[in-house]
Formats: sequence, C-alpha cells, structure tokens
Amino acid sequence: MNEVSPDSSFQLVRRGGGFVRSVVGPFAALLLVVGIFTIADNMQEDGGRFLTLRNAQNVLVQSATVGVAALGMTMIIISGGIDLSAGTAIALSATALAWFLREDFSPAVSVAAGLAVGCLAGCVNGLLISLLRIVPFIVTLGTMTIYLGLAKIIGDNTIVRPLPDQVPEWMQELLRPRVEQAWMVFAPGVWLLVALALVTAAVLRYSVFGRHVFAVGSNEATARLCGINVPLTRIAVFSISGLFVGLAGLYQFSRLTVGDPVSGTGKELPIIAAVVIGGGSLNGGRGSILGTLTGALIMQVISSGCTSLRLPNPIQEIIIGGIIIAAVTVDQFRQRRLAA
Amino acid sequence: MTRPRLRMSRVSKSFAATRALAEVSLEAHGGEVLALIGENGAGKSTLMKILSGAVSPDGGEMELDGRPYAPGGPHAARAAGVAMIYQELNLAPDLTAVENVMLGQEQHRLGIVRRAEQRRRVREALLQLDRPDVPLDVPVGRFSVADQQLVEIARALVIDAKVIVFDEPTSSLTRHDVERLFQVIERLKRSGIAVIYISHFLEEIRRIADRYVVLRDGSAAGSGDLAGTGEAEIVSLMVGRQVSELFPTVPHTPGESILALDGLAGRDAPHDVTFELRRGEIFGVAGLVGSGRTELLRCLLALDPVRSGTVRVHGNIPRATPRARIRAGLGLVSEDRKTEGLAQRESIADNMTYSRLSPFARFGWLNLNRRRNAVLEWMRRLSIKGTGPEQLVEHLSGGNQQKVALARVLHQDADILLLDEPTRGIDVGTKSEVYRLMSALAAEGKAVIFVSSYFTELLAVCDRVAVMARGELREIRPAEQWTNEALLSCALGVDGPTP
Repeated sequence: MNEVSPDSSFQLVRRGGGFVRSVVGPFAALLLVVGIFTIADNMQEDGGRFLTLRNAQNVLVQSATVGVAALGMTMIIISGGIDLSAGTAIALSATALAWFLREDFSPAVSVAAGLAVGCLAGCVNGLLISLLRIVPFIVTLGTMTIYLGLAKIIGDNTIVRPLPDQVPEWMQELLRPRVEQAWMVFAPGVWLLVALALVTAAVLRYSVFGRHVFAVGSNEATARLCGINVPLTRIAVFSISGLFVGLAGLYQFSRLTVGDPVSGTGKELPIIAAVVIGGGSLNGGRGSILGTLTGALIMQVISSGCTSLRLPNPIQEIIIGGIIIAAVTVDQFRQRRLAA
Repeated sequence: MTRPRLRMSRVSKSFAATRALAEVSLEAHGGEVLALIGENGAGKSTLMKILSGAVSPDGGEMELDGRPYAPGGPHAARAAGVAMIYQELNLAPDLTAVENVMLGQEQHRLGIVRRAEQRRRVREALLQLDRPDVPLDVPVGRFSVADQQLVEIARALVIDAKVIVFDEPTSSLTRHDVERLFQVIERLKRSGIAVIYISHFLEEIRRIADRYVVLRDGSAAGSGDLAGTGEAEIVSLMVGRQVSELFPTVPHTPGESILALDGLAGRDAPHDVTFELRRGEIFGVAGLVGSGRTELLRCLLALDPVRSGTVRVHGNIPRATPRARIRAGLGLVSEDRKTEGLAQRESIADNMTYSRLSPFARFGWLNLNRRRNAVLEWMRRLSIKGTGPEQLVEHLSGGNQQKVALARVLHQDADILLLDEPTRGIDVGTKSEVYRLMSALAAEGKAVIFVSSYFTELLAVCDRVAVMARGELREIRPAEQWTNEALLSCALGVDGPTP
C-alpha cells in the first residue's frame, strides 16, 4: 500500500491523457480521414470539390439517418446488448409512416404512428430479451426478419407511395442538403440530431438511469446485487432506442418520400459500425455518443471522398471494412496500455 | 540429499507497482510432498503461475532435474514435465476420459488418431493410480468431481510429469474422496515425482506433506520439516505477528431482534434455515465451499430464488427482489469481487453508489459533484488508497477493492450486512481493518452475518457462530463454546476426529 504516492501522480497524468484521448481520439481520426481525402482530391486535375460547404451539407445529411439510429444503438451496446433488427425496424417505421400518409391521416398522426411503431419494435425486443432470457443477438436476429415481414404486410409487398401533396413540405425539407434559410447552414434534421445527441449524452452521464445502463452493461451481476432492476433497465433501453429507430424511419422517409419495406435491410450494420468505430465495446459498459457520431461521419466521409476521387463502390466498401477493424485494434491496444 | 527435481532460486515478480514475489527460493525433491502455505495474496498463485509458464518472472532462475528451466508458456511447461491440478478442473466435459487425457498429445499416424494406443496409455496411467475402474469412454462431464480430478492426474502421468502441483485439491471433495486422493498422492510420491501441495487446511498438510514453505507478502517467511513444527509456529509465520493483535475489536452488545429467518430454503441450498439475528451482533457462518453458505446469503437478498420459508426484517416481510431487500436494510458484499461484487471497469464512485444514488439525485438527474464529495469522504474513512473517485476499480489492489465493496453497503446504510468471505484475497493489514470495522458497526447497532471458511477469524470476531454443511444450518453456539476442531468436524459432517 505504500506504492500510492508515486503511483498517484502517474495515474493522474495517465487519466488526463486518457480523457483527452477519449474526446479528441475519435475527432482526430475524423480529421485525419478528412485531411487525407482533401489532399488526394486537390491532387486531381479537376479536384477541389471535396472540402466544400456543399459537400459538408451532403455528408451530414447522408449520415443523419444512421446517426439518429446509432444514438439508440449506443445505449443498447453500453448496456451490453445489440440490436440486429434496427435496420428492418427503420424500414418498418418508414413504411408505417408512408401508409398513414397515403391513407390521408394528418402528418402529425402519421409521424406519431411511425415513432410509435419504432418504439414498440424496440420494446418488443427488450421484453423478449428480459422475459425469455435469450441473448439480444438471437432475439433481434429473429425480430429482424419479423419486422421485415411486418413491413411487407403493411406495404402489401410493394413500396408505399403517398401522393406528393400528402407529404408535407417540412417533411421533404427535413434532410434536404441545401436549406432555404441560409442562416441554418445545415438541414433541420441535422440540427435535430445534434440536439438529441446532446440530450442522450447528458442522460448517459448525468442521470440515474444512465448510470444504471452502464452498470448493467459493465457487470450485470453487480447491478443485480445493487438492487438495480436489470430487466426493466433493458426494456427501457430498447424502447428508447426504438424511438430513435422510429425517428430514423422518418429521416429515411423524408429522403425517399416513399415507404420501402426492404430499404432497411442491412442498415443495422453501419449503425453498429458507427458505435464500434466510436469506441463502443460489444462486451458492454463502454461507448460514447460523441464517438458514435464521429464514427457515423467517418464512414460517410470515406464514402463521399471515394466518390470525389472516382473510386468505385467496392473500393469504398473495402476501405470502410478496414477502418472498422483498425478502429477496434487501436482501441484495444490503447486499453491494454492503460491496463498495463 | 539427492538433487532436487525442481529448484527455484530467487524468483521475483512485480505487477505494475505491486511486488508480488521477492526473491523466493524453494526446492522440491522426488519422492516427497512439499506444502506451499500462505494466506491469500501471499504470492502462492503467482509463484505457481511462474512455475507453470503462465507468467514469466522478472528475476531468478529455475532448474528442472538440474537443467535450466524457463518455460515460454503453459504448453512448454507441460512439455518439460510440470503439471498443474487446479481447484477448478480444466476438462472438456463432453469428451471422454481418453480424449481428455490425450488432449494436445494425441497419438497419431499421418493425422489419424491411434485409438488403441491412446487407450493403452490412459489405462496404464489409471492402473498406476490404482483406479482401473474409471470408465474410458464416458464423457467426463458425467463423472464425480473426484473422478474428474483423477482424469487430470492421469493426464499429468501421460506426459511423464516430473513435478505435479495440486492447488487446493480437496476444497470440493467429500471426506471419502479426500482419503482416496491422499492414497493417489502417496503413489505419485513413491514413483519419484515431486509433489507440491497447496492448501489452507493445516490438518491436511500435516497429514500428507513432508516439508513446508511458508510465503508471506511475496517472500519466503520460513520453511522446514513438518514433523516437529507446531501449528502455532506455522500460523505465526503466515501472519507474521502475534495472532491476538490481528483481531482488533470494539465492545458491542446484542440488542433487539432485527432479522428472523423461518424455514428458509433455496433451490438446491439452503435447506430449512431458521435463526434470529439481533442488532449489535456479529453472527458467523462457518462452512466449506459448497456447504450452502453463499446460497444462504443470496436467498436473503433474493438474488437466488427462494423455495419456501420467510425472511422478516424489523418484523416485516419484504418482497423477494434484491431491490426490496436492499430497501428493507440488507446489504451484501459478494465473495467474488471480480465477476459479481464490483463492476471492475467502472469507477470507484460508480461502484460505491450504485445501490443508493438517491441522495445525489433530483428528478432522476445526478449532482456528480455532491456524489464525488460523498465518495471522497468514504475513501477517507475507510482509508481507500486510490487516485480519486474516478479511478477504475480494476486498477485497485484486492484489499482496496474489498473496501470499495464494503463502502457500498455502508453508503447504502444497510442495517444488516451480509459479508461473504470478506477477507479473502486481501492482505493481513486490511484484514484487521475489516475486523475492526465489523465490530465498530456492531457497536453502532448494526447486525453482521459473517461467512467464512477461515474458522480462526470467525472465532475471534463473532458473537455466535453457526456451521453449515450440505445446505443445512447445523448448530449455533456462542463463539467461545466452539473450537477450530469442533467447527471443522461439524463442517465436514463428522463427529469423530478429523483427518
């Protein structure tokens, strides 16, 4: 026990470094990616289109849907779970929203219905996990297909197309890259995402519920021992995440203005990837909202950069895959150094 | 004396700033059993990890049969002839005895396993252990613990082990199986193998071992022949001071009844437990691993399902959820800090306050500053050595981790503290702090249930001690009416003298 005093100063430095790294780390990676593509882009003969406001507007809008859903996924992953059904649930919400609009319900009712469907989908996941005591991976693997099927039923196996005048103007503008009011700079949907991210981050850090989410994900047995209601926490996490999925459904719809039941298939993977690139651990107990958003942006920047360099799609996919593995490797290395 | 089969000289190892081993030397000879004695945290397991190649030493040398021995990993250690029989067995439950024994050293020709040859070897090993009755083709998952252990020993024989280490081999064996194990060890010894035997039970050591080495705080505190060495001598070597000052107490007197169990029964254990606990009382529960003592505490907190019986706190029956039991005033410190007691990768502050965040919360939002101050205050009062409330629990020493777990039930303001092996794996200094804390709490009018398999501490600290065996609460007596031997024979479920 006499090792304390020399050790403590060392620890302070180390913790300070860790804090700086945990905030700057994901940002640094983002800046690095932006920097690389800017240089490469300017080396092209007709370059100079990458680092522009125009492109930034595009990238933000394109990553917003994944970003919103990834807020909820961050909570789920911190709580030690995973949601493979997020992708098809987004499409289910979007399809429901489109159906309500087409059946001439008011936009408010339609949006509420879309959000409710997403929330319910998440809640069902949470209930199944808690009541049947099956791991989230398996439960959501099942509901992934179930939600796809439900979306197809709603859409009668085809795309739900509301008439143009049934879709209100604001819904189309939600994620339009070029905003009419110049002072907004970015689309309203982007700002909504930023606001929600701030709230979610605050909940995770400063609320009793947030601490419980970390406790459950970090060590479920300890959480139980401390009297935390683990099943209820799980259900709440999945329901809240479902609400974000519903909102992602609205985002998706506002970009497509149709409800396509199969449009969400595979979407869960970039969502999970955003959390993981941002430092989330699939073992639970770790993850951050800031990291997740940066993760979502990194993927979109790479894809946009590759486009401006005229790199074909397959190359983009390979690079993004590599980034995921690299991000986790770097993170693990950092963890090991911290533990040593 | 003949050349030792194993010689370890001046082996040292540090983990970060903690010195786990400081220049420890020992020799193990063929044909003898060397007992390695020491409290938890004394360095026994680190020393054995170095021997088995799981950890590499910072300094020192090892020799096996006179040749330098520096295993690069567990596999190299086995190949060199060092076999470990751990407390938790390392078998693949779905494989047969033959497959398990030959795992990793399959006899094959061009990749095809030579089954007949494998069976021959395993049968030979079992014969050598005088247990040819062990079936070869049954998945070992269906074996008793004792027979599984035998399969592990057979595995050591097949690799032609020079040194076999037994780490607490009897903790989950019945008395009859312990006898048989001792016969097996005698046979190993006679065949010229050097046996290293680690155990907490001095009686056992006295029975099976020839020589001993005592480790304390990472150094060899003493060694010698067991014949002619008194138990008191060994104990004082282990703790390094007079036993009386190890158990500081604050005077306390039991008051009114606070907890009453009536016929409490869990799924497998406990069975039908009835007793009453009073304020200001430290109630000891003695028992061996698997006796149902942990399950008793878990049923009290409703962590395990309760089959029947009632639990009354202050005369009321709280609902059977951990949350309700905590509200009623119960608090549990788990025996397993790593997997249950603490969320290792969360901060001291989080771990200390998970069970009671309400003092810092308003409408569900936390005042982290207020919490930080409260945590700092607990760290000061329990003298928890750490860098601050934000430090991750995994970076604390075992003793400080245990204090964080204790601080949690104190912060929770529990009236009834359920402490499951609270002194396991912590250093002697922290142990006596824990004892003093327990009696100070009793003096404040709290009640403590203290579960331990180290009977000496129970007798020194508790007002009353009960013994659990096979899930039953056997006998409750005031502490001064028990002796170590009486507790042990009651815990082993025998009336006669113990082995």
